[in-house]
Amino acid sequence: MPIQTLSAIFAALSDPTRLAIVERLLAGEATVTDLARPFALTQPAISRHLKVLEAAGLIETRIDGTARPRRIRPEALIPAADFLDRFRAILEARYARLDDLLAELATENSNEGPKE
Amino acid sequence: MKPLELKTVGDTKVVVTRQFPAPPEAVFRAHTEPRLLKKWMLGPEGWTMPVCICDPRPGGTMRFEWTDGKGNSFHLTGETIEIEPARRIVHVERMFLPDPTPDNHVETLFDPVAGGTLMTLTMTLPDAAIRQAMLASGTADGMEASYARLEGLLLGWT
Repeated sequence: MPIQTLSAIFAALSDPTRLAIVERLLAGEATVTDLARPFALTQPAISRHLKVLEAAGLIETRIDGTARPRRIRPEALIPAADFLDRFRAILEARYARLDDLLAELATENSNEGPKE
Repeated sequence: MKPLELKTVGDTKVVVTRQFPAPPEAVFRAHTEPRLLKKWMLGPEGWTMPVCICDPRPGGTMRFEWTDGKGNSFHLTGETIEIEPARRIVHVERMFLPDPTPDNHVETLFDPVAGGTLMTLTMTLPDAAIRQAMLASGTADGMEASYARLEGLLLGWT
């Protein structure tokens, strides 16, 4: 994934309204009217948010006659536990390298003399 | 050694704990000396940190730049807020992807324990949405971001 895309996703989800829209869409597809209702926002305001989410690849528009319901892109969904696991794996890899470095430092120190 | 623990606390914090079989002085040095930081604070295989500036004094700046040697790169800037040698680092940082991400306030504590050091890393983000985005982007303080690992990495709440 290009880093520009990552940046777009970050920007898209950093807004509380858009995060709430994504949470609502996780429960099932919804029209702009459905989405505008709980947020006390105008439809054009909601549409602007939807455009940002769509550009980031988080949601898509389905064409159903004259209706245009929005829905989550299934491939955009990774359970929260899963991304926490990935995050943990990233940190583990980093700290495993730090373990190696600390072992090297201990060797350097013991070569310099009887230090702790 | 206890394994790494990672948890979210409240609406805005992420807390990571990890033990190291080395004294706090050594773990602290590895977090503040550029020569050492460059060896471990890296992304996946193939990524290096050609620029590493770290001035661990209150108000001191930091700048880390990573590259995969194939034209992909990104960087982080930050400032040290408080520092207690071998004990505690408080700093703020943000990633440039290339637009800056919201400030991540980070406290790193090094506690002496039997056999080494218990490190407690507490990241505080401005709000729940930004924390979620940070975790989902896989970048945390961002240092480990990579195209490979982030492939397809988006998020859900279910």
